Amino acid sequence: MSLTRIPAGYVPLTDAAPLIAAQEMGFAAEERLTLDLHRAPSWSSLRDMLAYGQVDAAQMLSPVPVAAALGLGGASAQFSVLSVLSVNGTVIGAGSRLADRLTAAGHRFSFDDAVSAGQALIAASDRPLRIGVPFPFSMHAELLTYWLEGLGLDTAQDIVIRTVPPPLMARAIRSGDIDAFCVGEPWGSIAVEQGDGSLLLPGRAIWSFAPEKVLAVRSGWAETEPALSGRLVRALWRAGRWLADPSCRGLAAEILSSRRYLDLPAEIIERGLSGKFTVTPQGLQREAPGFVGFHDGAAGYPWRSQAQWTALRLAKRNGLDQQTALQKAKHVFRSDLYRTALSGTGAELPGASSRLGGALEAGTPAAGESDPVNLLPNRFFDGRVFDPLAAG
Amino acid sequence: MPDPLSIIVVEADRERAFMIADGLREAGEFDIQVISEPSGLARRIEARDPDVVLIDIADPSRDVLEELTLASGPKERPVAMFVDRSADGLSAAAVEAGVSAYVVDGLQPSRLKPVLDAAIARFRLFQRMRTELAEAKRALEERKVIDRAKGMIMKARGIEEDEAYALLRKAAMDQNKRVAEVAQALVTAAGLLA
Repeated sequence: MSLTRIPAGYVPLTDAAPLIAAQEMGFAAEERLTLDLHRAPSWSSLRDMLAYGQVDAAQMLSPVPVAAALGLGGASAQFSVLSVLSVNGTVIGAGSRLADRLTAAGHRFSFDDAVSAGQALIAASDRPLRIGVPFPFSMHAELLTYWLEGLGLDTAQDIVIRTVPPPLMARAIRSGDIDAFCVGEPWGSIAVEQGDGSLLLPGRAIWSFAPEKVLAVRSGWAETEPALSGRLVRALWRAGRWLADPSCRGLAAEILSSRRYLDLPAEIIERGLSGKFTVTPQGLQREAPGFVGFHDGAAGYPWRSQAQWTALRLAKRNGLDQQTALQKAKHVFRSDLYRTALSGTGAELPGASSRLGGALEAGTPAAGESDPVNLLPNRFFDGRVFDPLAAG
Repeated sequence: MPDPLSIIVVEADRERAFMIADGLREAGEFDIQVISEPSGLARRIEARDPDVVLIDIADPSRDVLEELTLASGPKERPVAMFVDRSADGLSAAAVEAGVSAYVVDGLQPSRLKPVLDAAIARFRLFQRMRTELAEAKRALEERKVIDRAKGMIMKARGIEEDEAYALLRKAAMDQNKRVAEVAQALVTAAGLLA
């Protein structure tokens, strides 16, 4: 039996796990696929590798395809999102100087309360507060601005968001280029390990179900290769289910740590997978259950409303017309293709393609295609609700 | 005659930066500057306000340049897009060669073409050199392993070097493997038993 080869790209982060596990654990082979995995040094290079056909599929920050649809950034192609690869999975941290001030002011680094952590951060920082994120179009930037705005900061004036590649984040803090950061694991833990900063919050404390990385293809590829894209989505769905099993985390961390993939210690990679963190260089331990999601609550389902939330945030921050942005972002997340790929597999498929953002206080069964779907809490820290219909 | 294009080359390796600059000078008259320090890259570029920024695609700092595409007014927009979309095939060739260029919006493709052609040629050359270096390193490593394996066989069996090598080669042929692989297996096994 011959395997079809799909060149696919990823950036070395803990949440690249679905693509790597799909290939290494044989989920791709089950769909008669070989993922020819390319490690990309940066998000812009991965985007261009996809745009110019060096890879056919790529792990992508969820706002990147939306930004491309809005004409933001150096994008040279339009992308479609076939599935969400991971939900949540970022950490917010403060550099040592700021962390010392927080400690002096009595902050306890509880790692679960976005309001008190945010207020403490604002009180302890100089203005403008300089924060590093991996890419201008990232959930990191959106969560940070949403959070600090919600706490009363004027994000246009009081904070400066700077792009810092994740491997250089710890160095940027040390050299005084930034005061705080939001980054994907394991780079937050590495900053702690190197004594450069302390962790304040997991991203999920700001939005408990934020789409973090997506599977992106060139728009058009999915249409010309419907069978292939279906097989790819199914392989990644299986990989996500495997990763969600707590007993597989050790092995997953081991595979990711290999020189071919992340080339970093397995012990540090495992922190993000298990949600058991060391949050200060002094060794304070904190747990963040559900730190990163690969499967539960129909995590892979690309809700159109997720793309619309991002489109509105991007439009607002970049001075674009909001209605036009909503229109342009409408077809980026392909819930239709995801549904086709997974119908009949027993996967949880929500009946709707759009939903209110932030409206689920607790886990809730919702109408699915056949059976009810168990959705996970979906809540913004400030309790606000995003209604895509009212916005459009 | 329009002003020469101002170009910033982002490259940490001095030697390599000079070679790129030389390549560009052969292609035309440009005002070339080199930035070798990745911290504060966006601010440095903003301050110098170039027409084109050339950077290795494998440089993680490239993401920092993306920030510059966001500034709103044309004046605050020193670099605006990833290679001019109207220049057919140039972008793809650049990505293929491992170079990316950030270019001021509205710059004529005809003025940009010699810059990119020169950069692409240089980057291809570097790529080839890198591959050759890696190959040479690998060959050297393999020879060391084979020598160690030969020595072990000579000692264990009390035979000459030629004979030891012949044994290795035969084992490799029988197992349909490369001599270096068989030698590596022997060295590893011996390490475990020692």
